[in-house]
Amino acid sequence: MTRVLHRFKGGVHLPDHKAESNGRPIHAAPVPRQLVIPLRQHIGNPARPVVEVGQQVLKGQIIAEADGYISAAVHASSSGTVTAIGPALVPHVSGLPDDCITIETDGRDAWIDHAPIDYQALAPADLRMRLRDMGLAGLGGAVFPSAVKLDPGAHACPTLIVNGGECEPWITCDDLLMRTRADEILQGVRVMRHLLGSTEILVGIEDNKPEAIAAMQAAAAGFDFAVEVIAVPTIYPAGGAKQMIETLTGRQVPSGKLSTDIGIQVFNVGTAYALARAVFHGEPLISRLVTVTGHVLRPQNFEVLIGTPMQRLIDLAGDRDGATGVLMGGPMMGMPMPSSEVPVVKATNCILVKSDALFPPLPAMLPCIRCTRCADVCPAELQPQELFRFAKAGDFGRAQEYHLFDCIECGCCSYVCPSHIPLVDYYRYAKSEIWAREREKRAADLARARHEFRLFRLEREKKEKAEKLAAKAQAKRAELAAEAAAPGATGEADAKKALIAAALARAQAKKAEVAPKNIDQLPPDKQREIEEIEARRAKIRELARQPLETDETKP
Amino acid sequence: MPAPFVIDHSSVTQVMAWVLVALLPGIAAHVWLFGPGILVTLALATVTAVVAEAAMLKARGYPVRPFLTDLSAIVTAWLLALCLPSLAPWWLIVTGTLFAIVVAKHLYGGLGQNVFNPAMVGYAVLLISFPVQMTSWPGPLALTGTPLSLADSAAIIFGGAPKAVLDAVTMATPLDTLRTGLLQQHTVDEIMTQPIFGHVGGAGFEWLAGAFLAGGLVLWALRIISWRVPLAFLAGVWLAAGFLHFFDAGRYGAPWFHLFAPSVMLGAFFIATDPVSGSTTPLGKLIFGFGAGVLTIIIRTWGGYPDGVAFAVLLMNVAVPLIDQYTQPRIYGGAPGREKGSSR
Amino acid sequence: MIAALLVMVGLAVVIGLALGWSAVRFKVEGNPLAEKIDAILPQTQCGQCGFPGCRPYAEAIARGEADINQCPPGGEEGVKKLAELLGVEPKPLDETHGTPKPKSVAFIDENLCIGCTLCIQACPVDAIVGAAKQMHTVIASECTGCELCVPPCPVDCISMVPVAEDLPHWKFKHPLVMMKQVGGARG
Ligand code: SF4
Ligand code: SF4
Ligand code: SF4
Ligand code: SF4
Repeated sequence: MTRVLHRFKGGVHLPDHKAESNGRPIHAAPVPRQLVIPLRQHIGNPARPVVEVGQQVLKGQIIAEADGYISAAVHASSSGTVTAIGPALVPHVSGLPDDCITIETDGRDAWIDHAPIDYQALAPADLRMRLRDMGLAGLGGAVFPSAVKLDPGAHACPTLIVNGGECEPWITCDDLLMRTRADEILQGVRVMRHLLGSTEILVGIEDNKPEAIAAMQAAAAGFDFAVEVIAVPTIYPAGGAKQMIETLTGRQVPSGKLSTDIGIQVFNVGTAYALARAVFHGEPLISRLVTVTGHVLRPQNFEVLIGTPMQRLIDLAGDRDGATGVLMGGPMMGMPMPSSEVPVVKATNCILVKSDALFPPLPAMLPCIRCTRCADVCPAELQPQELFRFAKAGDFGRAQEYHLFDCIECGCCSYVCPSHIPLVDYYRYAKSEIWAREREKRAADLARARHEFRLFRLEREKKEKAEKLAAKAQAKRAELAAEAAAPGATGEADAKKALIAAALARAQAKKAEVAPKNIDQLPPDKQREIEEIEARRAKIRELARQPLETDETKP
Repeated sequence: MPAPFVIDHSSVTQVMAWVLVALLPGIAAHVWLFGPGILVTLALATVTAVVAEAAMLKARGYPVRPFLTDLSAIVTAWLLALCLPSLAPWWLIVTGTLFAIVVAKHLYGGLGQNVFNPAMVGYAVLLISFPVQMTSWPGPLALTGTPLSLADSAAIIFGGAPKAVLDAVTMATPLDTLRTGLLQQHTVDEIMTQPIFGHVGGAGFEWLAGAFLAGGLVLWALRIISWRVPLAFLAGVWLAAGFLHFFDAGRYGAPWFHLFAPSVMLGAFFIATDPVSGSTTPLGKLIFGFGAGVLTIIIRTWGGYPDGVAFAVLLMNVAVPLIDQYTQPRIYGGAPGREKGSSR
Repeated sequence: MIAALLVMVGLAVVIGLALGWSAVRFKVEGNPLAEKIDAILPQTQCGQCGFPGCRPYAEAIARGEADINQCPPGGEEGVKKLAELLGVEPKPLDETHGTPKPKSVAFIDENLCIGCTLCIQACPVDAIVGAAKQMHTVIASECTGCELCVPPCPVDCISMVPVAEDLPHWKFKHPLVMMKQVGGARG
């Protein structure tokens, strides 16, 4: 069974540094004394806490439930007591705190009652809800809620790609997972296949992982559906979803579309494994494999409870002097952590400890010489040098025209740039600026709409009031006229009365229109300013009144 | 700051160093064919460029060392020097280099910002201002028969030798000869019988062109330059010259003759490939190179100067933003067919 | 010579007529310029510009009655955008109208609030809820931070709280690798 593989454009060959950590077996990291479990571990709405401080929780118990469709639940990774719910340091490059649930573990590691899910008996929508409540999210790094991705929606998904590319240097957790748990990965695929109705299952693995390929092939032979395990050439970023799709099928996901639009869905092997644990063992996503490597004594993979502080793992792997920081993820797309005490989350595939020897500080940046090496290696086939030019100049509109948002932030361009320009940083900066501006614009639009509505409301209220008064005055006049007509004698005096009443009504109406003065405590210059504003307002009011009022309009 | 935390080992210095290395065969051929005078020119241009660059960096408030060690100023100096007549007077060399570095490079914003190829700006300014000096080329040693020593050459360049010495060795270049010959209503075939012409190009000159070609191929093999610009440039020259030659072989030089002028090879592989002032898109590179090639022939044939590479490249430099904008390539997953970079 | 002149004049007349006609024919309704200016203004509705809201200020600019540098919430960047739109030179913010402040939202100390509704009447975007004699609250997501509700409060229970940066609103900063700095550190 040979398959014609396609070569995506661009990419770079990197020293892979996999041998450091893939030689040791997987160890289960012990339960730490304290677990800090962030509520925002997936893309979408953060989970909503359903426990209280002081409450006892069991391993696998839901501590925060999914909030909306694109969300996922969060579970206690071990048994113990909830000691805090609130902001704590999370593994995010900003170093900003975010809402977390802190659990003091009791060491019993006692499970909550759990049972396998009879996935074939459940309606697909119900099954997906169960998976959402199991906290499943993509473990390849993007942590998109899996339940959403398992909904084929309007599109059929004939092709299911299981991504074992793991193209980033240093990371080996997927490699180890495939070597040791190939069977369960494919069990997970069985459920995916059931939900998506896929007929073609492709497993793409970079050819620098021969053991994993062999293990997956061996496991695939024992399944009652066809699974094609394919070795793909090792070139970064072959493990990117879009690149894997092109390599295996020769098709490109149209810009701005999803892979499901062309009938393909991609899952990471780790996600498939977690799905199998959830469905066949009833275990929610409370642990994952994490590679701890770089500047440590014994680089290796651990099975880690979500919420374990990274430093515990670094200690287990052998802390060394001279560490210069911790990355979550690989050296190409990983993010520096604000502290090594931040917890492991669902997205943590690798903890890479830096040192000056392994990761020397980058040389000084020079201007772009437009050599277009970046464009040659860009797998999104962009023109990074132009994007850089626009991002640097703050011309975000042009950057967007040049497809900034098609950039997958793979870092190939920065890697080859002879001027050592941190290109990806510029793109991230530009993207987040654009998002911020869109947010600001939305806020401004909202404020404008609300302000306009308020003006409209005030106008309407005034109109209603004036109408009411006018009607009253009219009634009064009619009454007086009737009175005058009846007795006849007091006519003149009553007519006068009526006139006075009408004048009073006018005065009242006028008073009603005077705007509330909230400006008594203002300094004189502000006061003057506001008076000017009032004058303007009066003019506008005048204009608004004209068609409606007749007897009150004075020049 | 974030990612990536690893980089390739390439650097601007390395890129520029390779360009210099790739020029060595050309320089060697130059010495062998025309005597060691070029070495004096190169040294003088290099010193001027480095001093000017350092002074400009200082004046503009940039750190001197990282920018000076990028070697880009030396590349500019060498390219200019190789375009100058090898026994050109020292002030010509200094003026041209200064103009290239100070005006064309730094006043346009420095490395990476210059719209025009600095070496070609320097050359063009000299050609316009000092046409006589700029066309006094020493003939190939094989023809003049008077090999000058390094000291003699230096003496000529620094004005310490009587003018007669220079006059004894200078002679019209093949392109000049062709041009004047045509002006005198001779046919190409008649002109080509003169000793200055060699197998396909000018005697000696064709070997120089070959040496530049060899250096250029090294750059291509190292992926320092893309194949697009040189190939398109050479194709432009060859097709334009061939077209004219086809219609009137008596009035227009043969395409091979034009191709094997040293300036064309130098232009195709070293000058038009200057990334800063060239086009960046794949299609744009082809258009840029081809345009420069065709313009070279047009200027050679109808322009006021014997050679047109410099002006052709400068003219195409102007068009680069436009070319780039209209040749933005299709992106991954983009709509088929070319898209414009801008919606308007 | 005369013929050429005539042709030129004729052409000019024809083109002029065509332009004039199309100007009438394709005249855009309303005042799109004010619309465009209003789209740039931050919609804080604070009145610091000297107009009762962003829209009147936009109209005043469009009529040429107000300068472009009077909106402190818009900041220098807003001035720059207005200058770009109107094709004039940007100028520094006119400080007499105030200086830009970090984005804040109003916060009502609910223990002190007496429910006088004065702040409700002052708020230009109806971002305060509450009925007479009852405690009032600011809807933070709709508050523009205009501070108009602060002075009317008779018990001074409204304070402006700067909006803290949180994760969903965090921005990647400009890669501060200003060449001169980095190079300076090395060279
Ligand atoms: S690789 Fe670097 S120097 Fe070369 S064009 Fe890209 S950004 Fe510019
Ligand atoms: S980071 Fe973006 S621009 Fe750079 S190579 Fe990757 S996809 Fe292309
Ligand atoms: S100063 Fe206030 S009211 Fe005036 S335009 Fe700016 S935000 Fe709007
Ligand atoms: S609540 Fe106060 S600060 Fe906020 S928009 Fe309303 S008046 Fe302005």
